Amino acid sequence: MSNKLNHSMSLANPDVTGISTKQKLALAIGFSGLLLLILSLLNTNFPNKGIFLTIALVLILTGTVLYANHAYLTKLEGIKNDGVWFKSISSRGVLGWITGVLLTVFYIILYFKAELLGMGTNGASNTGLVGLFDPLSILLSGRPASQWFVYGTLYTIAILGFGYKFILKYRHNRYQQIRTVSVMFFQLGFAFLIPEFMARLNTSPEYNLPYYDLKSMWPLNYYLFDGYSINGLLSSGNLGLGLLIFGIVTIFIISPILTYKFGKRWYCSWVCGCGGLAETAGDSFRQLSSKKVSAWKLERWLIHTVLVFSVIMTIAVIYSYLGSDPTKYWLTRSTFLISISVFLTVIFGLVMLFKRKELGKDAKYGAIGYFVILALILGMHFTGTTTEIFFVKSGSLRSAYGLYIGSIFSGVIGTGFYPILGNRAWCRFGCPMAAILGFQQRLFSKFRITTNGGQCISCGNCSTYCEMGIDVRAYAQKGENIVRSSCVGCGICSAVCPRGVLKLENDGLDGRINANEILLGNDVDLMDYVNKN
Amino acid sequence: MEHIVIIGNGISGVTAARHIRKLSDKKITIVSAETDYFFSRTALMYVYMGHMKFEHTQPYENWFWKKNNIDLKKGFVTRIKSETKEVLFDNNESLSYDKLIIATGSKPNKFGWPGQDLDGVMGMYHKQDLEKLEKYAPNNTECKRAVIVGGGLIGIELAEMLHSRNIPVTFLVREDSFWNGVLPAGESSMINRHIRNHHIDLRLGVNLKEILADDTGKVKSIVIQETGEVIDCDVVGLTAGVSPNINFLKDSGIDLGRGVKVNRFLETNIPDIFAIGDCAEQHEAIGNRRPIEAVWYTGRMMGETLAQTICGNRIEYKPGHWFNSAKFLDIEYQTYGWVFARPKEYEKQFHWIHNDDTKCVTVSYHKETNEFLGINTFGIRMRHEVFDQWLSEKKDVDYVIKHLIKANFDPEFYTKYEADILRAYQKSQLQNA
Repeated sequence: MSNKLNHSMSLANPDVTGISTKQKLALAIGFSGLLLLILSLLNTNFPNKGIFLTIALVLILTGTVLYANHAYLTKLEGIKNDGVWFKSISSRGVLGWITGVLLTVFYIILYFKAELLGMGTNGASNTGLVGLFDPLSILLSGRPASQWFVYGTLYTIAILGFGYKFILKYRHNRYQQIRTVSVMFFQLGFAFLIPEFMARLNTSPEYNLPYYDLKSMWPLNYYLFDGYSINGLLSSGNLGLGLLIFGIVTIFIISPILTYKFGKRWYCSWVCGCGGLAETAGDSFRQLSSKKVSAWKLERWLIHTVLVFSVIMTIAVIYSYLGSDPTKYWLTRSTFLISISVFLTVIFGLVMLFKRKELGKDAKYGAIGYFVILALILGMHFTGTTTEIFFVKSGSLRSAYGLYIGSIFSGVIGTGFYPILGNRAWCRFGCPMAAILGFQQRLFSKFRITTNGGQCISCGNCSTYCEMGIDVRAYAQKGENIVRSSCVGCGICSAVCPRGVLKLENDGLDGRINANEILLGNDVDLMDYVNKN
Repeated sequence: MEHIVIIGNGISGVTAARHIRKLSDKKITIVSAETDYFFSRTALMYVYMGHMKFEHTQPYENWFWKKNNIDLKKGFVTRIKSETKEVLFDNNESLSYDKLIIATGSKPNKFGWPGQDLDGVMGMYHKQDLEKLEKYAPNNTECKRAVIVGGGLIGIELAEMLHSRNIPVTFLVREDSFWNGVLPAGESSMINRHIRNHHIDLRLGVNLKEILADDTGKVKSIVIQETGEVIDCDVVGLTAGVSPNINFLKDSGIDLGRGVKVNRFLETNIPDIFAIGDCAEQHEAIGNRRPIEAVWYTGRMMGETLAQTICGNRIEYKPGHWFNSAKFLDIEYQTYGWVFARPKEYEKQFHWIHNDDTKCVTVSYHKETNEFLGINTFGIRMRHEVFDQWLSEKKDVDYVIKHLIKANFDPEFYTKYEADILRAYQKSQLQNA
C-alpha cells in the first residue's frame, strides 16, 4: 500500500473546473466593465462620464449575474462546493496569489496614494477613476467624488453582485438567503446611500454632519469620537445630537441586548459591511482560514490587543477633546476618566467573579494583564506622574491607530489577503467590535450551535468551510455545543454538514456548554457513568 | 507498563485509544498500513469532489498523537502469534503486546466476477482506492464512462463523486429499486427518481456478468447478465457491500466467522485479544441489529465500551437505540429506531412524501399497541436526542406525530412540514378506521 500516488491531494487539475462558453461570455462582459474603469484610471477622457460610468457598472453587475445564473440555476439545489480545491483562485493557486497582490496594491493606493486614482488635491478637480465617479457623487450628495466614494460604490456593487450569486448558490437554504438580503440592504442603504444624503444636508449651513454609517458602531467606526466628528454632530442641530446619542445607545444598549438574544451574528453576518463583503465577494475564500490550534492562540491575543489599543486610543481622544474647552461640557476630564475606570473595573470584577471558570488560562492572564496595564496608566495619571494621558499625545495614538489598524490591518491585510488568509482575517484577528461582541457571545448570550446527538461522522466539511477558522468538527464529534467568541453565525457549517448535525439556535443559558465523553447512541448506563465522572 | 496494541487506525481503534488514554497511562500503539494518521473514511468522497483536501479529513492535528502519548506505527500485519503475544509484520518485524485490539475494518466485496482484478476496476473504501480513482478517472476525457456495480451507500457516493467531475455514470443495481433491502418502497423509489434527475444512468434489477479488458489489461467494457448488453467504460466501481478485513487472522487460532467472533464484552476466544468495529461479529445479534455492523457510529461505540473493559471496568457492549444517517446526492437521510423495508408482522408504517419529491418521512409503529418503533426522515433534519428519549419512553405513534415539531432540527427560517405530516397522518387513520 503506497502513498506515492497523490493526485487529488496535490496539483491535479481535473477538467471539471473548466468553465462553459456561457460563463466565459459572462466573465468577458464583467471584465469589459472593469476594463472601462481601468481605462479611466489611465486617464482616458470619456466624453460623457455619467453614461460611461453607468455602462461600466451595469456591465460588471450583468457579468456577475449571468455567471451566477449559469453556475447555479443549471443544477439541482444543493451544496455547490465541487472543485473548490481544484480551482486556482480558491485554493491559493496562481490566480489566487495574483488576485491577492492586485487587491493589496489597490488598497495601498486607495489609502496612501489616492492621487494615483485621480483624486484632485489642493482644490484641483478630479481626473481619472475618481473623476469618472463625479456624476454619480454629484447626483447623490451634490459634491464631487472622492477616492472613498469610488471605493464605497465598488464595495456596494461587489456586495450586491456577489450577494446575488450567494443567494443562488444557497437557494435551498432560507437562512442564507435572508441573511444575504440583509447585508445587501444594510450596505446599500445604511453604508452607501444614507451618508450621501446626509452629505447633501450639509449644503445647508445648519448642518455640518461628518460621514456617519449608522450601522457602524464604535469601536469599528473608531472615528466617531474624533474631535471633528463630535463637533460636526453637535453643530448639526437635533439631528446631529440624535445621531451622537444613537451612536452611544447602539454600543451600550442595543448591541448588548441583540447579542444576548441572538449572538454576535445579528451584527457580524447580518448587518456589518466588512462581514457583508466577506460573506458575498469573499465567499469563495472561506475555506482558506487556518484551523490550527496555533492560529486560534494567535487570534485570541491579537484581537484583544487591538481592542485594548482601540479603548486606550478612544479614551485619549475623548480626554483631549474634553480639554479643548472646559466650560463647554458638563463632563470634565476627571469625571470622564473616573467613570471609565469604574465601568472597566465593574466589568472586569463581574467577569472574574462569576465567569472565572469559563475562561481559559491564557484568557485569564490576558484579562488580568490588560486590566493591570490600564489601571496603572490611569493611576499614574491621577497621581500626576504623567501629564499626557498614556504618555503620548492623543493625536499620535489616533493616527497610529488609524494607520495600522484602520488602514493596514482592516483594509490592506483584511481584504487584500482574502485569497491567501481567507475572507475573515480582519474579523477574526483584528476587529475590536468583533472582540467585544465575541466576549459577550461567549459569556452572556443565548446563542450556540447545537450538535445532533451522536450523528457526527467527523468528515470535516464544517471545519473546512468555517471562515473564522473554528474547528467545528472538534466539538461536533464530541457532541459538544459550539460556543465560541469568534463564531459569526454565518450558518455555513450547518449547511455543508452531510448528516444534519449542526443547528444555530438561541436557547436558555443552562447547559449551553456541554462536553460529553460518550456520545448519544451508546449504552445509557455507560453514558451516565462516564459523563458523570 | 501494560502495552495495548491496536491494529487499525479507523474510528473504532482510534476511539478505543483515546478513551484508554483518558482512563490510564498504559502504553498504546496504533498500527496501520493504510495511512500515517487517522482520517475520516466517510469523507474520502469529498477529497475527490474537491470539497476538501485530504488533510481536512484528519480530525486531529499531527501533534495530537505525540502529545497524548499514543504511538503510531505504519506497517502491514501478516500474523498474530497469540502464544507469544506478538504481532508480525510483512517486513519480518514484530511487536509484543499485553492486550491486542483488532480493529481492521472492512474490505469491498468481490463476488468472483470475471475481470474483477483488471486495471481500472476498484472498490471505494481505502485511501488507496481514492488514489486509483484519481489515476483512472481524473476527468471525463480520460474516463468517458464509469460503471458502478452495487446499489448501496458506497455505490451512490461513488456515483456522486464521478458525477461531480462530469463523468457519465451507469449505475447497476441488482435490486429492482435502490437500497430497497433497507428502505421502504416509497423512500427507495423517491431516491431512484432523484438519482435519475442527476442524469445518472440508473439500471435496476440487473447484474454484472463480466468485465472485459483491452490489450493492455485495462477495463474496456462490461456485460450485463440479464440482457447481454455491453457498456463501454474506463472505470468499474465494485460497491456490492463490504466484509470484515480479516484474512491475516486465518491461522491465528482466533475464532472466525465472517468476522472475528466476539462475545458481548468484545472479547475473542483468546484471552487478551479483542475485536471492535466493522470486523467484529457478535455470536448472537443484539436486538434487531446485525451480528456485523459496518457503521461509523457502532465502531465508535464499541471503542468507547472496550476502553472501559481494558481499563478494568469490564462492561458489555450494550448499544442504545439504533440510529444512522447518510446522504443521497442532495437528499439527507436520518433514521432513529427501526423502520423495516418490508414491515414485520407486528409493524405498521405511515408514509408521507412532499410533492417536490425530495422530502419524505416514514414512521413505524406497533399495530396493536400503537407503540412508536422508529422513523426514517429524508430532507428534514431531526433531533437524535428527542427520538432517543421517545423510544426509551415507548411513546405511542399519535404522540410522536403530534409533537414532531419538537424533533425538528432544520436551520432557522426553513419551511416546516410537521402540520402537513399530521394532517396526512390523521387522514390515513380515518381511512384505516
